Amino acid sequence: MPEPLLEVRDVHMDFTITDSAVRRARRIPAEVLSAVDGVDLEIMRGEALGLVGESGCGKSTLGRCIVGLHAPTAGEIRYAGEPLHAKRARSERRRVQMVFQDPYSSLNPRMTVRQTLSELLRVHKMVPRSGIDARCRELLDLVGLPPRALDSHPRNFSGGQRQRVSIARALALQPELLVADEPVSALDVSVQATVLNLLDELRRELGLTMLFIAHNMAVVRHVCDRVAVMYLGRIVETAETEELFSNARHPYTQGLLRAVPRLVPGRESESAAVAGDPPSPIDLPPGCRFHPRCPLAQAVCSEQDPVLAAGGEDAEAHLAACHFAWTAPPPAHTPEVAADA
Amino acid sequence: MTDAPILEVRDLRVELPLSRGTVHAVDGASLSVAEGEAFGLVGESGCGKSMTLRAIMGLLPRPGHIVGGEVLFEGEDLVTAPAGRLRQIRGGSIAMIFQEPMTALNPVMRVGDQIAEAPRVHLGLSGTASRERALDLMRRVGIPDPIRRARAYPHELSGGLRQRIMIAIALSCDPKLILCDEPTTALDVTIQDQILKLLLNLRREFGVSVVFVTHDLAVVAQTCERLAVMYAGQIVETGSVDEVFRAPRHPYTLGLLRSVPHFDSVQDSLSSIQGAPPDLVMPPPGCRFHPRCSFAQEDCLSGDFPLRPLSARRATACIHPDAPAADVDRSPVVADA
Repeated sequence: MPEPLLEVRDVHMDFTITDSAVRRARRIPAEVLSAVDGVDLEIMRGEALGLVGESGCGKSTLGRCIVGLHAPTAGEIRYAGEPLHAKRARSERRRVQMVFQDPYSSLNPRMTVRQTLSELLRVHKMVPRSGIDARCRELLDLVGLPPRALDSHPRNFSGGQRQRVSIARALALQPELLVADEPVSALDVSVQATVLNLLDELRRELGLTMLFIAHNMAVVRHVCDRVAVMYLGRIVETAETEELFSNARHPYTQGLLRAVPRLVPGRESESAAVAGDPPSPIDLPPGCRFHPRCPLAQAVCSEQDPVLAAGGEDAEAHLAACHFAWTAPPPAHTPEVAADA
Repeated sequence: MTDAPILEVRDLRVELPLSRGTVHAVDGASLSVAEGEAFGLVGESGCGKSMTLRAIMGLLPRPGHIVGGEVLFEGEDLVTAPAGRLRQIRGGSIAMIFQEPMTALNPVMRVGDQIAEAPRVHLGLSGTASRERALDLMRRVGIPDPIRRARAYPHELSGGLRQRIMIAIALSCDPKLILCDEPTTALDVTIQDQILKLLLNLRREFGVSVVFVTHDLAVVAQTCERLAVMYAGQIVETGSVDEVFRAPRHPYTLGLLRSVPHFDSVQDSLSSIQGAPPDLVMPPPGCRFHPRCSFAQEDCLSGDFPLRPLSARRATACIHPDAPAADVDRSPVVADA
């Protein structure tokens, strides 16, 4: 078993959302939103780990904690065995880079591509000053943009091209870990494919480790080796990609998989895969967070919070946080998912 | 479904005069929707699909306007209909569901009143009767605790509930046709799944025709019977969802289908469509897709490319429909379930 490149140990990220002098004077406690609520995660060197979940589940917040954009309220992030704090030395910052979702707002509109890239190369002393220009060209070539793009501003590019520039910017520092936060969800389908293929290629060529944050299960299946499913600030299931898609054990994962519209025409079932709305993250249900929406919920689910546990012989390979993940007979729809593979 | 179509769009042209030139947003689009049918209009951003939908409703954003064509709703041309008549039809026999329920709903009006408004105006119901109707509709679209929720403002509701309110408003005057503009794009998958299934069940229950505008091919596969694929302001292929998805006869449709990561299987690499959609101020001559088409030949570079019928309800704008067909024979697009 290779050593993990990144370890996330019991990380919490709380945001105080209502707090004021008046509230404090009246001794009303501040309302706290736990976006990430005790997450453990390991990413192996060279692996692409998918982090999936619906909006508001904390997947982006976790990504931002890993990159150092948020300082976790509690817990620890370790990088190659060493603790990695939110305040990072330049050399540490270099190693984890991020590609953001929206290529329209994540590039400085007043800087040309050359300025964006050369600033990074200069500040981080990646190459000697005389070599900056050559390195910029090399980076553009890596992401499949022509050299003449160097002197263009972001406004001259289409969404897909901008996302290529963002990727070039992230790669300029030769990171070991790339955190890609929904890198293709703002793009049209035909463009999505080129960016996904590019990420795949880069990963193979440069041996990148990747945390791929997404809500689109089909994209995740295409890109990732392993998947972690998040629900309301917690990881509810992790497994190898194929194992997760064919043998999901958590009812939320099963529902999520069933909810994805398929390309095969006319296979819809009458009832919705997961009923109800996610509860407010400020006012979480007791016990298992998924129990109000869960088709399998029992009395114990509203009392005890399940922990991530392995069930198969191969411990650690497939974990699920459900009281019945490994005991109850697999629900009826699991074979349907498996039959498609 | 051999009846006369409930909606027929003939050679619709929409232009947007902008400072840099006139954008031919919709350039000769024709489609017909049968009674009780679910029809999908798919394409990428900027292809004119939303403009087509808005033109049908007479809700084009300024400075867009219709420069030609007909929109026949039950035989009546809506393009030339007077404004008063359009107001009667809009929200009455034709309802619309927008992409972003937060911006489409009135933020300072209780949602119950918003649902009750249209039946009062269009059906002449009294205040009490319209409120009763609103509660009944909220129950039918699956809103729990409708009496309490009717008093809520849009910002107090989740995205899924807001979209249910939109659907209740759309249904409030017993429409014959509902136009949906990306109805689930802003929603999470589990909520999308709920809303799509709700729309399907309501369609059966009320027997209403639905037009879905979306960029998501999978949504069309799961909800529609027929579809039209739009590219650069023109419709390039139409047919039943089953036929078009299994045997696309236009290279653009094929490219779209091939570039989507499949949920049910892993492709080695996704094929993508080279290049970018054209600028609709100056669309390329000939077939608009030829600069990006891997099957393009000499005769694709000039001339007109209207939809050519392949069979009774199937048409493509491609003059070499055998090329994509042969490609599909080599490797199927949609695996059989």
